[in-house]
Amino acid sequence: MKQSIREALPGLDLVLGWEQGWDALHATPLFIRKAEDVDRLILGPTCVQSLAVQLPSLKGKKVGIVVKGCDSRAVVQLLRERLLDRAEIILFGFGCDGVVSLKRLTKVLGDLDSVTSVKKTDDRLVVESPDGRREAAFDDVCAPKCLDCAWPNAVESDHFAGPRLEPRPPAESKTALERFEEKSLDERFAFWKREMERCIRCYACRNACPMCVCRDKCLAVSRNSKFVSQEANPSESFMFQLIHVMHLAGRCVSCGECERACPMDIPLGLLRAQSTAVTEELFHEQAGTDPEAPLPLLTFKTDEETIEERD
Amino acid sequence: MDTIFIQRTDIGRWLDRLAEERTVFAPTRRDGAVVYRPYRTGFVLELDAMPTTSPKEIVFPQNETLLTYSRAGNASGGAPKVEARETLPEQKAVIFGARPCGVNGLGVFDQVFDNDKTRDAYYTARRKDTRIITFACDRPRSTCFCTNVGGGPGDAAGSDVMLYPLGDGFVAEAVTTGGKAMLSLATGAPAGDREVAAKALVETAREAMPEPLELARIRENFDKCFNDMEFWEEQSGKCLSCGACAYLCPSCHCFNITDEGTESEGKRLRSWDNCMSYTFTAEASGHNPRAAKAMRLRNRVGHKFVYFPETHEGEVACRGCGRCIVSCPSSVDIRQIAKAIQEYCDDDK
Repeated sequence: MKQSIREALPGLDLVLGWEQGWDALHATPLFIRKAEDVDRLILGPTCVQSLAVQLPSLKGKKVGIVVKGCDSRAVVQLLRERLLDRAEIILFGFGCDGVVSLKRLTKVLGDLDSVTSVKKTDDRLVVESPDGRREAAFDDVCAPKCLDCAWPNAVESDHFAGPRLEPRPPAESKTALERFEEKSLDERFAFWKREMERCIRCYACRNACPMCVCRDKCLAVSRNSKFVSQEANPSESFMFQLIHVMHLAGRCVSCGECERACPMDIPLGLLRAQSTAVTEELFHEQAGTDPEAPLPLLTFKTDEETIEERD
Repeated sequence: MDTIFIQRTDIGRWLDRLAEERTVFAPTRRDGAVVYRPYRTGFVLELDAMPTTSPKEIVFPQNETLLTYSRAGNASGGAPKVEARETLPEQKAVIFGARPCGVNGLGVFDQVFDNDKTRDAYYTARRKDTRIITFACDRPRSTCFCTNVGGGPGDAAGSDVMLYPLGDGFVAEAVTTGGKAMLSLATGAPAGDREVAAKALVETAREAMPEPLELARIRENFDKCFNDMEFWEEQSGKCLSCGACAYLCPSCHCFNITDEGTESEGKRLRSWDNCMSYTFTAEASGHNPRAAKAMRLRNRVGHKFVYFPETHEGEVACRGCGRCIVSCPSSVDIRQIAKAIQEYCDDDK
């Protein structure tokens, strides 16, 4: 990977990758501009951020981007929506065998501070810190999206490093969404009321979303027209979430960045999973997997194959 | 008896008694987040993890109603009748389980909202009868840097009671007379030798803290790098421009005021705002003096380390709690930005 970036860098304005953050458990986005920056690049289970979120604001520049399978789906979807110019993007893909969820990891291994090393060996994650060595089954601490990842390899790439990996089989046990949908409407509403009660309206969910491209013109902060007030109560915060979900219908690439970014640990992925399940069932396609496919919600058909409009 | 030892298992009973007179805001877990919520019997306390949110929300809530209004038509055809009613809060509270950095954050609020020139009626109404029971830190996290910015893991300034963790309990020390009254409601034994042991732990924590930042040099260099947009773009590249850092920060105090409701009735609301948001400085004309996130992050760092100290005798507004570092989705590290300013050299510019 480093070699192919070094070779391509002279023809690019920058390459987006990851470097280690303040400890070994936290990777942070790296903007590679000079050859020596390449040395700081890391690839591994801590490289959680989807760097695709940076691309729309870098339009006009020639940008390389290192992508996991899920990240590449965001780039492909942005290309498909003509929000990016393919000629300006160079994809450095690799096969990803899963990333860590800091929230799940903390639940399993307890509070982890000053982590000095994080290693994935087969199906275990080994974490070392001054407190000693702790390890867990990777499936217990990985991001939920990785458990049944169908797209471990970059969907599209100009350079591909390392071996291509086999997709994970669909989960045998019920997904979080399936379990949630078994609850009654009242239970589900009570659940969201409780979860939304701690929302601080920081909009990290929105700003970390690679498909959220309205940015500074978001409906959530518009006073005209006013869909959401400034009042941070569960109903207003939930209303914002629903706006986000509706804007992502048929576009969400299930990267889980909304949920990962939430400092209050609100399970926002569940809402997106629901809308994604509906659009996938209706249109028989997954967002961000084919840059040339027509966009279902922007394509008019007199008769939809899967929607019964009349008897 | 000002210093006693309280068993962890007796903390709940103490809070039960305190809650008879005051609303006790105490840390509790909501999945991966730890938040302050009004204590009730049966409440599950989180006594170890640093709360995700800062204690500022107890005296400066995310939303507060400043006034309510109504406007009724006049049947005889004259001017409509408009009524506005001020809604001053009443609060008798205890913040339980703040950390010294969080309490120090309230020191920033006090200087901004309660000084000789400005006295914010809403803030002072909440603040004046809010007492604070603080946990000293026996083990700083790797993101903690309170000693870099004038604080410390055992800093008692602003607290009414200090709790020093030790084994299966806390050495509790009253700092103020109000604290003494609160402590008299606790079940405990004389602290004895445990006081020395507990305070030694905190001292060890202080010694383990990182090297201080050179605050004077940061102030001096900030002017030099202010217009170097390449520098600021580099610092802010990965920032997502969300408000997580500001809303979790114990000293960020910027707000917005909006009228929420209809023409005939509604309320005037004060809510948290943050300088990382595009709309924070968007002007009615359409112009935005801080249109790029590089300018916005420059403002955030500048306010903490330069603008606030300029008007407050050199006091830095950042309290070194590390919340902005821990909770940033991109792992932006304010210490690194401060260091980059400290080491900024404009010789070759």
